[in-house]
Amino acid sequence: MKGSLIIVGFFALGIAVGLLHWIPADIDINQWSFIALCALIFAVGFSVGNDTQMLRRFKQLNPLLLLLPLMTIIGTLAGTAVIAFALPHRSLTECLAVGSGFAYYSLSSVIITQYHGPELGTVALLANILREVITLLGAPLMVRWFGRLAPISAGGATTMDTTLPIITRCCGQEYVILSMFHGFLVDFSVPFLVSLFCSL
Amino acid sequence: MFTIVAIMFSGIGVGWLFRRRQFPMLSQVITVLIWALLFCLGVEVGMNPQVIGRLGDLGIEAVVLCVGGLAGSIALAWALWLVVQHKKKGGQP
Repeated sequence: MKGSLIIVGFFALGIAVGLLHWIPADIDINQWSFIALCALIFAVGFSVGNDTQMLRRFKQLNPLLLLLPLMTIIGTLAGTAVIAFALPHRSLTECLAVGSGFAYYSLSSVIITQYHGPELGTVALLANILREVITLLGAPLMVRWFGRLAPISAGGATTMDTTLPIITRCCGQEYVILSMFHGFLVDFSVPFLVSLFCSL
Repeated sequence: MFTIVAIMFSGIGVGWLFRRRQFPMLSQVITVLIWALLFCLGVEVGMNPQVIGRLGDLGIEAVVLCVGGLAGSIALAWALWLVVQHKKKGGQP
């Protein structure tokens, strides 16, 4: 939660700097953010390749539960596709790109800004921050109404880091490995799916 | 799309090559990059009067898209949960 607030703080600070025109006109902010985005994706890939323990731990899971990341991805895309009909000024692929953030707001909003500009990038940022916040606050109710897999699916790509503590508390210790496996796979799918829907 | 996927895979490859070494700084590097990126996104939003003027509308769009995605994923997770529970009751381990 504290991490999300700092992120929102940096976003707000950026808006203030932009509004006041403190950035010299000869600096191409879009180009700098693309370089930083490439560095971020490289660093995320590096951390995945560097952690060889992770894959070993996933082998102990119930095979049926391995389908959960797929449920999250298909369910989210289906849900946002339905919403796309209610937003006539947005295309289906734009809505699917926002949905494919799976609460990984930093990466998804920056990729979408690169392809579609800051307007849809802002929608992606807000929608995906909100998804994380709703998961953090609503996890106990989700377990009560829809079973112990619901908060893991709701948390999307964040279930191996920011929402892992609340999931551990609401679903139980035995769901930690599943939650990490789920976060790992969904997290991995974000750059692929977001850039796929942006380029369609 | 190709650029992003290529960078991701080269990152995984280089990370795997250095798998015998630990990089405790890596998560801090990622955090700082995320801060820098969100700051840049904020600057782009701030310098764009059309986006600033529509921030309220964009917020409503974000809420609707978020709720749609959450409802879809929770529905399928619920279905999988019911299947798993049903199999357990059926006497299978």
